[in-house]
Amino acid sequence: MTMLEEPITIVSARVDGADVELPAGSTVLEACREAGADLPTLCYGPTMTAANACRVCMVEVEGSRTLVPSCSRKLDEGMEIWTGSERAVHSRRLVMELLASASELDRAGPDLERWMGEARARPGRFGPPEPATPRVPPDPGHHHPPNTFAASVAEPPKIEDELYVRDYSRCILCYRCVDACGVEHQNTFAIAVAGRGFDARISTEFDVTLPESACVYCGNCIAVCPTGALAGRIEWDMRGQGTWDESSQEVTRTVCSYCGVGCNLDLHVQEGRIVSVTSPHDHDVTLGNLCIKGRFGWMYVDSGRGV
Amino acid sequence: MEDTDLIVMWGSNAREAHPIFFHHVLKALNNGARMFAVDPRRTSSARWADVWLGIDVGSDIALSNTLAREIIHAGLHHREFITHATTGFDEYAESVEPWTLQRGEEVTGVPRDAIRQLAHEYGGAPTAQLCWTLGITEHHNATDNVLALINLALLTGHVGRYGSGLVPLRGQNNVQGGGDMGALPNRLPCFHDVADAELRGKFEEVWGCSIPGEPGKHISLMHEAMDAGELRALYVIGENPLQSEADARAMQRRLSGLDFMVVQDLFLTATAELADVVLPAAGWGEVDGTFTSSERRVQRVRKAIDPPGDARDDIEWISLVARALGHDWPTPSAEEVWNEVRSLSWMHEGMTYERLDEHGGLQWPCPSVDHPGTLFLHGRLWEEDTGPKARFSVVEWFPPVDALSAEFPLRLTTGRRLDSYNTGVQSGRYPSPRRIHGVLDLSPEDAGEIGVAEGETVKVVSRRGSLEAPVRIDRSLRPGLAFMAVHFPDDTDVNQLTIDAWDPKSGTAEFKATAVRIESQVGAPTGSVRRGQGHRSGHT
Repeated sequence: MTMLEEPITIVSARVDGADVELPAGSTVLEACREAGADLPTLCYGPTMTAANACRVCMVEVEGSRTLVPSCSRKLDEGMEIWTGSERAVHSRRLVMELLASASELDRAGPDLERWMGEARARPGRFGPPEPATPRVPPDPGHHHPPNTFAASVAEPPKIEDELYVRDYSRCILCYRCVDACGVEHQNTFAIAVAGRGFDARISTEFDVTLPESACVYCGNCIAVCPTGALAGRIEWDMRGQGTWDESSQEVTRTVCSYCGVGCNLDLHVQEGRIVSVTSPHDHDVTLGNLCIKGRFGWMYVDSGRGV
Repeated sequence: MEDTDLIVMWGSNAREAHPIFFHHVLKALNNGARMFAVDPRRTSSARWADVWLGIDVGSDIALSNTLAREIIHAGLHHREFITHATTGFDEYAESVEPWTLQRGEEVTGVPRDAIRQLAHEYGGAPTAQLCWTLGITEHHNATDNVLALINLALLTGHVGRYGSGLVPLRGQNNVQGGGDMGALPNRLPCFHDVADAELRGKFEEVWGCSIPGEPGKHISLMHEAMDAGELRALYVIGENPLQSEADARAMQRRLSGLDFMVVQDLFLTATAELADVVLPAAGWGEVDGTFTSSERRVQRVRKAIDPPGDARDDIEWISLVARALGHDWPTPSAEEVWNEVRSLSWMHEGMTYERLDEHGGLQWPCPSVDHPGTLFLHGRLWEEDTGPKARFSVVEWFPPVDALSAEFPLRLTTGRRLDSYNTGVQSGRYPSPRRIHGVLDLSPEDAGEIGVAEGETVKVVSRRGSLEAPVRIDRSLRPGLAFMAVHFPDDTDVNQLTIDAWDPKSGTAEFKATAVRIESQVGAPTGSVRRGQGHRSGHT
């Protein structure tokens, strides 16, 4: 039996003066990338509904009073988009400066480094970051006394088991982990945003440790974290020891050895050892998601085999 | 799955046993689908259901027949489909006629209103998926259980259409592929019957040998042959039967009594400890090949690292053993083996390694290199020319073999937990923060009646053996039902208790239904639960 596909409508628009044509329902971001514009993104993930949280992908759209978040705005017929206007560039630069001054972003990957360089972002101009101390909620009604540090979300990393590390010094509150744990993928709802304003942070229920929480250790939050705030323990420890070397890692695609669902796994191998397992976001069985067995259960391979 | 209107999860705790499949169920629920769970336990899957039918272990056929009668009496059966695509309806309708809602409730323990609701919603839904796992198949009447579910799909036309189907969830990465390759006693690759001389001839020509026309033995028949002293030598590849088979004491006797046993495995398993020869195998991550998933999707698995020490690929071991036995076998690559499969199995013919890469796997049947693979089966039943019609099966209900009694009043069932897998040979080797080690799960009511608290060690006794285990109170259990996971045979070997009664059609043992009693102080036969199943109502 064949299914009748819905006819595809094409939408025409202009990006930085160049004509683009995309299927209806595409986003402004997709149109910009189609036109070759290298727009930064952080909270955007291809398998998830846009969270509209980070604001690093803003562009100018003619006729729109405010700048437009390109990741979520749908492309309209005849739209005239400018990615490089002074207003858009200034906005993206300031947002990246504020995020990078408040959060440690050295594990956010080479793309962000490039985007910040191109935008000439200087997060250091707000002063050196605050040292990492346990975060305490502010006294209601009182402001922090001014100091020489840039306000930051720095706090000691949470290492509570053998599988995960949560280092919220690197968190930009993009909501991707919350959405992946929640209704977008896992539907476990083990984490949410607690607190308001600058005190907002990702938290388990009542801020209990991860083993005490509802977490099922699928690692689907790690899979979508754009800044390395959430990491597998092996990767975290190797980075701490200075032995994590992504450029030397080979990635081999295979299928999980446990149940019969057929989840695709990417094995990241460094110096002959598996150091991390992920799933491709573009495979329709997993959409990048796994369960605890798929993401961590492979360790038997490397467990000093008895035979 | 995402686009269906109704999902029935029957004897399946997919939230824990098939978590990424359950993501697709959740998408359907978030799209507005209704869900019914049929399970003795109110599992983490059942908690997502609109209605949970807390069924007594082993009464699935009774429930299915009751649902069928209600669907027919309400006029919700799909008359056009039944006439067009099926045979045997009249006889089937007559066979379910005694299964009134009242009788169904008495036998299954499910309130009649809940049975009626499932019947009406399943019968009335535009599309519906009926999914099951080992809760259906690990019984002495496993095949009849499956036939009873197939009957429901034929009755309502919920098969062979987009969004409607029968969904058996395979428990292991490649159990589907094993069957497809003919790792069944009566089948050759592509499910060709060994009794068919013409089909057999095709394989004999390629393999250069003669193939016996009579079926071999499935595992339960092998057990009987070992008991009778007819089967004297065993070659075990990637299995741990000492701990995975029902009635572990009988297995110990059988395996110890063999003249010769070879075990080929990644680890020195409990079974391997009994072997005369152990061949160290290379495993997942270290070898190339394919796995076939529950949805008939053949996907490539690839070597990423070198195996440790002397471990070798299974293909190489098998070739070496064949050569040692005097046969001139080469050691083919995984792709060469696969291409031989393609040359002999029409349903795999279009699946070159290149195409499997390109498409992220292909679903059989895929008979030619320009064929896109097959999303779902049995669509032919809706076409003008249906081909062979689908047959209704008259199935009778029989209770579990291990009957409850005054001496053994509690029903013990088994299953998996989220982070673990089978006998734990693989899953026991990573540091899961979610691990629940070997425990006996009891309902709060039964624990109260026996007078045991969480963490207290009790003795669990069946007609075959006994073990000691700490108690864990589990509110997902109804009174009269206990649960143990199968993952920790070194601490709590649940197969000391299980019965090796097996289904004559499939050879599967009845892991799901054991009669036990609990002794609260180890060694003292006091305070055992007297309550049996089947005398309650009102648990939805």
